[in-house]
Amino acid sequence: MSRSQGYEIRSKSAGPFWLTFDVFCADAETFGRLCGDPHLSAPSMAALFHSDPEQVRIFHMAPLNVIKISLPRPVVQGSVADRDMHGAQWGYVLAEELARAGV
Amino acid sequence: MKNSIKVLVPTGCIGSGLRLDLFEQALLEKPDVIAMDGGSTDSGPYYLGTGKTKGSAAVLKAELLVYMRARAELGVPLIIGSSGTCGSDAGVDLLRGLCLEVAAELGQNVKIAAIYGEQDAATVTQALADGRVLPLNPVRPIDEALIERCTHIVAAMGVEPFIHALQQGADIIVAGRATDTAVLACLPVMRGAPAGPAWHAGKTMECGAQCTTTPADAMVMAEIDDRGFTITAIGDQARLTPQSVMAHMLYENSNPLLLVEPGGALNVEAATYTALSERSVRVEGSVWEPAERYTVKLEGAAPAGYQSVLLSVVRGPEYIARFDEWLGQLDDVMRKRIEKNLGIGPADYDLQFRAIGKNSALGALEPQVGTPVEIGVLAIATSPDESRTRDILALLNPYMLHFPLPEDEELPTHAFPLSPASMDRGLIYEFALNHVMVVPDPLSPFRFDFTVTGA
Repeated sequence: MSRSQGYEIRSKSAGPFWLTFDVFCADAETFGRLCGDPHLSAPSMAALFHSDPEQVRIFHMAPLNVIKISLPRPVVQGSVADRDMHGAQWGYVLAEELARAGV
Repeated sequence: MKNSIKVLVPTGCIGSGLRLDLFEQALLEKPDVIAMDGGSTDSGPYYLGTGKTKGSAAVLKAELLVYMRARAELGVPLIIGSSGTCGSDAGVDLLRGLCLEVAAELGQNVKIAAIYGEQDAATVTQALADGRVLPLNPVRPIDEALIERCTHIVAAMGVEPFIHALQQGADIIVAGRATDTAVLACLPVMRGAPAGPAWHAGKTMECGAQCTTTPADAMVMAEIDDRGFTITAIGDQARLTPQSVMAHMLYENSNPLLLVEPGGALNVEAATYTALSERSVRVEGSVWEPAERYTVKLEGAAPAGYQSVLLSVVRGPEYIARFDEWLGQLDDVMRKRIEKNLGIGPADYDLQFRAIGKNSALGALEPQVGTPVEIGVLAIATSPDESRTRDILALLNPYMLHFPLPEDEELPTHAFPLSPASMDRGLIYEFALNHVMVVPDPLSPFRFDFTVTGA
């Protein structure tokens, strides 16, 4: 997804209580651009996924051109309200949000 | 330690398939141990809630036969962690039983260690009272009642219980819940390898060939020495790169630089990754930081009610065009009927409708609006009482089949793909614990059983 913009996003459960996003950038330039983008900040991510901004953790992995963002899962894995056991669809929400914003 | 120790990881999870050709090629490298994981929380709380195994016993046995034969030929240990998907005592017993069957069929004399890690409620309650149960983020409330509600609680073991079993002469270890990493790091740590590289190699290989660029065509082995480790992708088509090895620290892990384990943490901030060939990468600089207190992570699952589901497919164009209005009215009518006919209120049950083809995977977070040809309506009813859940489904059934738009005089008939239309899912579970338990001794939460076959 968003390959044309020079990055791809995946999401996955990291245990039952955490969700983690990996933003794979094609090159250092895209990585630098996305590292400073407000759409990937803690407040934006918390707002998008109904999470607590204080709990959002962001890692800039320059050697890999990867931005990793982890936050408490919007719903606990496998709870009655959960819709996606492995948490992989939330990545599309982020990718489409970035695409709409022209990031 | 001898010059180096080779850890072969034939699969990310026993029971998920084995590339026999790659395994035979890998055995030529003369590994010092064959180790793999057997479970995870990925598939949800049902397995821990029931103690059941996701995989098929026949498939597990067929793979065990291959591993046990290879282990005997090489004279090295075979180690399996998180037995039976959730690492319950029943999961350990399943794997142990299969090992005994295979040993009998192959005529092997082997020492099998079973390591059990289920924790009874009294143990965890006492630890809570002693202030030895600490929350992880996101912090969730815990009390004695919650602990009592859990049908199964497992503690994830570190390397020490494995090392204990190896020191008792175990040829085969089937263990309960363990960190993926500990299963793979235990033998190198026991033989004196530096802990940083041993744990880091384990983390890198926890999902088998996932750390390569050719996961379908590779098997992985790491050789750990005094200064670091070399990871090799085995297979003619197999490839791995410094990036693919480094990137595995990202996988299903909330912090890519620090991995907290029983007794310490693996810190890879200073690690360097160098390609030696298109199939092997050298990693140095990983550091093990011992913890002040030894903790084991607890996982627990508790009943969340009896659940039944019903799937109906809506195809009528006017129903698709006005779907939200239709579903809103159906939801409203059903709640009133449930209250009237069953005498229960919203607090007594959970009823959800998932619109498959519209937004079922994301619900309110779905930003896209499309025009589907049809929409599957999955009704999910959950209540603490099995017969009550069935009553709700019985009420739902005719409405899910015939519910009209307000001005429709003739009743529509939507599509039921199945007879019976509803499916009882029985008791379902939820993950209840996100805590660690401080223990006085890394072995104390675990129980050991040793069996010598053919003796």
